[in-house]
Amino acid sequence: MTAKNSQAANLRGELYRRAALDAFKKLDPRRQVRNPVMFVTEIGSLLTTLLWIQALTGKGEAPTGFVGAIALWLWFTVLFANFSEALAEGRGKAQAESLRKARQDTPARRLRSDPANLEEARQVAETISSTRLQKGDLYLVEAGDILPADGDIALGIASVDESAVTGESAPVVRETGGDRSAVTGGTRLLSDWLIVRVSADPGEGFLDRMIAMVEGAKRQKTPNEIALSILLSSFSVVFLVVCATLLPYSQFSVQAAGQGAPITITVLVALLICLIPTTIGGLLSAIGIAGMDRLIQRNVIALSGRAVEAAGDVDVLLLDKTGTITLGNRQAVEFIPVGGVDPRVLAEAAQLASLADETPEGRSVVVLAKEKFGLRGQTMAASEKAPHGMHFIPFTAQTRMSGVDYNGTSIRKGAPDTMMALVQSGGNPLPPDLAPAVDDIARSGGTPLVVARDGQALGVIHLKDIVKGGIKERFAQLRRMGIKTVMITGDNPLTAAAIAAEAGVDDFLAQATPEAKLKLIREYQAGGRLVAMTGDGTNDAPALAQADVAVAMNTGTQPAREAANMVDLDSNPTKLIEIVEIGKQLLMTRGALTTFSIANDVSKYFAIIPAAFASIYPALGALNFMRLATPRSAILSAVIFNALIIIALIPLALRGVPYRPKPAAQLLRDNLLIYGLGGLIAPFIGIKLIDMLLMLLHLV
Amino acid sequence: MNWFGWLQFAIYIFILLVLVKPLGLYMARVYQGERTFLALVLAPVERFFYRLASVKPEEEMNWRIYAGTLLVFNLIGLLFLYLLLRIQHVLSLNPQNFGPVSPDLAFNAAVSFTTNTNWQSYGGETTMSILSQTLGLTVQNFLSAATGLAVLVALIRGLVRHTTDKLGNFWVDLTRSTLYILLPLALILAVALVSQGVVQTFQPAAVVQTLDPTSGAVTQILPLGPAASQVAIKQLGTNGGGHFNVNSAHPFENPTPLSNFLEMLAILLIPAALTYTFGKMVGDTRQGWSILAAMTLLLVLMAGVAIWAESQGNPALASLGIDQSLGNMEGKEVRFGVAASALWATLTTAASNGSVNAMHDSFTPLGGLVPMWMMQLGEVIFGGVGSGLYGMLAFVVIAVFVAGLMVGRTPEYLGKKIEIYEMKMAALIVLIPVLTVLIGTAVALVLPAGRAGIFNAGPQGFSEVLYAYSSAGNNNGSAFAGLGANSVFYNATLGLAMLVARYALIVPVLAMAGSLARKKKVPESAGTLPTHTPLFIAWLIGVIVIVGALSFLPALALGPIVQQLLLGTGRLF
Repeated sequence: MTAKNSQAANLRGELYRRAALDAFKKLDPRRQVRNPVMFVTEIGSLLTTLLWIQALTGKGEAPTGFVGAIALWLWFTVLFANFSEALAEGRGKAQAESLRKARQDTPARRLRSDPANLEEARQVAETISSTRLQKGDLYLVEAGDILPADGDIALGIASVDESAVTGESAPVVRETGGDRSAVTGGTRLLSDWLIVRVSADPGEGFLDRMIAMVEGAKRQKTPNEIALSILLSSFSVVFLVVCATLLPYSQFSVQAAGQGAPITITVLVALLICLIPTTIGGLLSAIGIAGMDRLIQRNVIALSGRAVEAAGDVDVLLLDKTGTITLGNRQAVEFIPVGGVDPRVLAEAAQLASLADETPEGRSVVVLAKEKFGLRGQTMAASEKAPHGMHFIPFTAQTRMSGVDYNGTSIRKGAPDTMMALVQSGGNPLPPDLAPAVDDIARSGGTPLVVARDGQALGVIHLKDIVKGGIKERFAQLRRMGIKTVMITGDNPLTAAAIAAEAGVDDFLAQATPEAKLKLIREYQAGGRLVAMTGDGTNDAPALAQADVAVAMNTGTQPAREAANMVDLDSNPTKLIEIVEIGKQLLMTRGALTTFSIANDVSKYFAIIPAAFASIYPALGALNFMRLATPRSAILSAVIFNALIIIALIPLALRGVPYRPKPAAQLLRDNLLIYGLGGLIAPFIGIKLIDMLLMLLHLV
Repeated sequence: MNWFGWLQFAIYIFILLVLVKPLGLYMARVYQGERTFLALVLAPVERFFYRLASVKPEEEMNWRIYAGTLLVFNLIGLLFLYLLLRIQHVLSLNPQNFGPVSPDLAFNAAVSFTTNTNWQSYGGETTMSILSQTLGLTVQNFLSAATGLAVLVALIRGLVRHTTDKLGNFWVDLTRSTLYILLPLALILAVALVSQGVVQTFQPAAVVQTLDPTSGAVTQILPLGPAASQVAIKQLGTNGGGHFNVNSAHPFENPTPLSNFLEMLAILLIPAALTYTFGKMVGDTRQGWSILAAMTLLLVLMAGVAIWAESQGNPALASLGIDQSLGNMEGKEVRFGVAASALWATLTTAASNGSVNAMHDSFTPLGGLVPMWMMQLGEVIFGGVGSGLYGMLAFVVIAVFVAGLMVGRTPEYLGKKIEIYEMKMAALIVLIPVLTVLIGTAVALVLPAGRAGIFNAGPQGFSEVLYAYSSAGNNNGSAFAGLGANSVFYNATLGLAMLVARYALIVPVLAMAGSLARKKKVPESAGTLPTHTPLFIAWLIGVIVIVGALSFLPALALGPIVQQLLLGTGRLF
């Protein structure tokens, strides 16, 4: 065993040990009462324990060993259920502890006034405890400091180590203004300095909320969980009355039959606990916690449990084109020369114009020229070609072009309309094949860049959005699940349509503005649909707040993170799809175990009813077709099975029912076969085996 | 038992299913306010009633007002009927000069008829004046059925409508149910029954000379009365309260095989057709057909068991050399035989009708288990007029909820999300009758007053009590007999059970309707659980059977099940 493995095993061992301990702590009736099914079980355990004590004094209604065994296994039933919950919580707790370390009380340098620069800031700073920072305060941090509170950068640019929150060790750049101005308390400044305006009062910061969610301290039952609890409670009420009325029924039957003894309280309690849905009742909260935990493992923090559930219901996914559907940036895919220019000449000019262009688009032009024509080794420094070096002309919003000047030669590349104007202003004619080439590229969803040398058009670079591999299949899966995908993009409708077709999305919103996004979400919601979206910018905040499931990128702005109900620490927009699957899995696990639990009852009746009334009506033995050895072994076997099945199903509850993207009808068929039919048959086998074992060991 | 009995069964199911669509379509048109062919005659009458009662038909009600109006209307009906029975001796149309009905019996009977149960602790021909039968009981036969229909229609509107709190106008639904549906059908059936020899007269009982004076009795009293008109609505309105004590086993209530067939058909006619009405109104007839399929499959299965069990005869009698080739004929009319009796017993308990043409007490244990369990399933296998389908829809909500979870979505039915509130109401609707039956039976078995009414020994005595509360607690009204139910104890507790089973269900149904109506409609997609597939039908049947089996198996084990097992060993009770 490697060191790493043994460490993991130790960790797991520690997790189990703590969960086992917590299982006992959770016996506290004040806690147990939150789960009605298990509360009833606990009362049953208590009652049988009292009956056992009574039996010890020699006045018992049944043999001491039998009552004791029933009482013991009923306690196990409660403990197993508690254990499942504790185990599910344990995983989150470990993570919360590491988070809490990051949120230690740190000194904060609060600023008494609004400074203009670092020097000024140092003068007005006073050191206080981070817990005293209020919303709206300003503070100063310098390299090496831990950020004392959440906030927005008022001044400065710096690199920040956010690994305490994200687990990602690569530093990220944070700067004032724009979409990367949010910082999180508990993270560490690696370089430079920042002046930050606090955005959350102490104890309400992002990290605090995360810890609360992860720990499950603030965990409230979600609507669907409550609805299911109501169903389970009403089953419990029915079975409670079934068992309670069985006492007078059996007393009457004793008189009627003239033989036998009424059903004992021990057997009644055993029957009750076997019948009430302890399996799902015991595992219900573990399922919910584990669902949250699966999100955390994927580095997504749900800020409300309701959002996880809603994720399973989502019918419409709004996906940003860039980063989700396409790779972050456009890439050059083709050089199209015009006016009879040699393609190699065009490629070389394009490469030169892009040498100093550090944007991904620019780099892709260099790479393409290298790949297609073997052009390499160009430098900006002085060389044979350009003895005085090259002078790079950067892109500006005014000129809308960029390029390079050397040796009196000037090369420019830029948007078609500006470049055409440039060519014409130099008195040169536009080659006749230029306009058609530009149109062709635009129509295919690409972006044309025209290249000119010394006022002469050489040709067009075809920049293209690269659709992520496998994304089309993913969307097809979603469609089969009944989820509609909508691409959001700032592109013009022509380009958007082409990319939408290539990526296989169902619909798209082109030239999207924040208002248009918000309107689209409202329209879908008015039609009864649930909408999920991702966002990071401040201008996404209204749409995020409106969406039913809103995932903010952790790199996003504070307003975006506030408006969302989930935060993706990896800032990976594709994860929305996984979130939907986790939401569905959560509901499916609940449904499957409910079906299983109720289906189990049929076999328990066949075990207990003939046994319970054996003395009154021996003829009922005909129902004992499992041929369980004695009435007592039959009842005990059913109780033991009922307890053990909880333990057996813990892994399933924590892992969740496997989810496959299929239409609802097929999912139902599969799950009914496995959990419905399986739930009907499995206990017959289980109870029989336990009975045989009990006989073998002479335990009854 | 011969092939003819099974053929009759098959023909019955066939004719019933053929009638579903035309009648269902007609009822949908009535409730959607569309013009029907009867409007020419009835529309002026309808308008006249509204004017008389100053009801504004276009004024719709939210669920609270709808429920409140319904409860007050039913309460008035209940008080009126009680009073009528208490003072029938001073009123006219009392040719036999019956005295006043005792307070506890009057309470029981008044509750029984207003709740559409029609449990009868009395013999009609020896207790009720003609005025009580016609103005009291028959009127409530119509109104209780119309009440059930109104509740169902409100629930359907809750599913159909969205983002509104209006469920319709109770007075309109009540009037239209009576005027356009119940009255015309009852008229047709009554005339058909009269043609078969069912009596319809205001004459006092006839006194006739017996044919065989050596038997000791020289004269015999033959009770008469306006039976046909009451029998027609008792069958159609799933009421079941007979004019005569022995109900449709009486030759004046059910004289011929044809009248028997028509009466059987009338039991399920409206409940079956309502499934189509439902499908039509929600805009997807497949939804109605799938519910009908679930009901029909369960019915066929259970009727099959009953017919089979009864045709096996009694092994104890067979061992004495008594011919059992006709099946178990104890307590059955020779006019109808085993098949028609067992079929009727299943139908009358499938629907919450409760009329009988044979004595269920004398069925074989297994044959008696069928009607008892059919009631215990909550009267949703067709069930009462209106009430059967709304009860069934509560089961559908529960089935959809669990199945919906299994496909990974917040469950939805017909585009409406099933959330906390709906779950609460559906759970109440399923829960209340079960608790009423179990607790009622327990109380009767514990208290001396309850035990005093039990005439039979062993499990049979237990079954009689269980049957009585199953019947009252599900508003069925049929009886196992053998139980002295006309006592203060039984009249009071069974009356209470009937009240709970009726109104403690109607209120949650309407509350659920109100909540559903306020919701948005979720458009259907591939992720939506389809509720019209064979798989869903099977799942729905599974949920109903499992809930029914799990709730009542222990009780049934101490009654009919053990009795059936003992029958094999030759022990009878």
